[in-house]
Amino acid sequence: MTTIETPIHITNELDHWEPKIITFLCNWCSYAGADLAGVSRIQYPPNIRIVRVPCSGRISPYYLLKSLQVGWDGVLISGCHPGDCHYLSGNLVARRRFAVLKDLLDFFGIEPGRVNFSWVSAAEGERFAKIVRKVVKKIQKLGPIKKLVKENPFQPNKCEAQ
Amino acid sequence: MNKLENDLKELGKKILLDKTVGKIIGYSYGTLAGKCVPVFIDKPEEAGKLTWNSFCDTNLARYIKKEIPKEGKIAIIAKGCTGRAITQLLIEKQFPREKLYILGINCAGTIDRRRIANELGSTEILEIIEKEDKILVKGTGFEKEFPRAEYLNYLCKVCKYPIPPIYDVLVGTKEPKGHIHDKYEDTLEFEKKTPDEKWAYFNETLKNCTRCYACREACPLCYCLECFCDQTQPSWFCKSAEHSEIAVFHLVRAMHLAGRCVACGDCNVVCPMGIDLIPITRKLEKIVKDRFDAEVGIDPSKPPSLSTFCIEDQEEFFEEEE
Repeated sequence: MTTIETPIHITNELDHWEPKIITFLCNWCSYAGADLAGVSRIQYPPNIRIVRVPCSGRISPYYLLKSLQVGWDGVLISGCHPGDCHYLSGNLVARRRFAVLKDLLDFFGIEPGRVNFSWVSAAEGERFAKIVRKVVKKIQKLGPIKKLVKENPFQPNKCEAQ
Repeated sequence: MNKLENDLKELGKKILLDKTVGKIIGYSYGTLAGKCVPVFIDKPEEAGKLTWNSFCDTNLARYIKKEIPKEGKIAIIAKGCTGRAITQLLIEKQFPREKLYILGINCAGTIDRRRIANELGSTEILEIIEKEDKILVKGTGFEKEFPRAEYLNYLCKVCKYPIPPIYDVLVGTKEPKGHIHDKYEDTLEFEKKTPDEKWAYFNETLKNCTRCYACREACPLCYCLECFCDQTQPSWFCKSAEHSEIAVFHLVRAMHLAGRCVACGDCNVVCPMGIDLIPITRKLEKIVKDRFDAEVGIDPSKPPSLSTFCIEDQEEFFEEEE
């Protein structure tokens, strides 16, 4: 099971470094979009792990920062297109939050490209695969995450372990 | 004693005598030279303690929530940024407007005492006297003059709203300050750096942070009953002073204040480690202005930028297919 606190380690046959990317997908559009990509047998890189959230508006900045802190190399967030939100305006409020977070991360010097946002609808399996390919390529270029990573993240403190 | 201060004392005495308010939150001289402390006055004869000068840098809006009575009213002395913080707190429905009597002041900016103290080194400042456009600093065996305009806090230099947007009485003149066209040159200059340089800069400045949370305690808008960094269930971030935890604390603090920060600079003034938090404050202001075309705490009818949305918001950072 994927959780934020246990990044996976992926290596290919040649034992090269491969990026590990955590993906937050909204239940109503992007998760179904990813499902469609799978059902339609569209190929995309295996570097991503999916966390399903009820709405992109549910994604707190804590999720992103914690993910980077424990060593995920990148984050991809996807929700319904503007106007299509199951909860009417969750993605629109989230868009403002993401804009601020993106600007702040750039300001603190986290490379642009570590944190990615997109809109994918339930009918866009092909688009989901293309975006994943693009993001994986981008993060491969950036290399393993060095900034914001906590020293010794695999020994969570006691209250986290509960 | 200046005229404004006299007016303030008289007005304070008057409103306490005729029971318009039960308490006044204002400034008084502290024990350190060139430092004013908040004072809470509820007896008319104590109104003489009130003062106003260029060292009144605390944002008193911080105390309203704690001091607001069940019945009756309190008065608060509000310079521009305190007024903006009050407006923002009213927008967030933190207390009813009718409980507050705002004594507005046309603020001419506060002095960066830390900078003066740093320049004087280890010599102790025994007295600071404010003249027209000069600051006279006295200590054992020395006297030094500083130009007032240059030693203002940075945020006061670029402040566009020296008068609070809402007030009941305005003490002193209404004469506006000269027009300031703020182009965020400092922020633009900073943004020219490469990501590595930016990260190195924050590594260097934030490494002194002891996570005492003075910035949070001083902030008029940080009023959560349980702060994210005190939470244990779930405990998102640890309490250690390890660098990534410090960076995350400052990132999330900035995130929580986006669209709410009134840029009073109190977080910067209170920092015991002397960390420069102004770049973050300025960046927040710039983001809100550029992205959402808003200014915080000016218009009481506008919701906080991050609690609302606009269909046409920019989304240039969203991924598209190749």
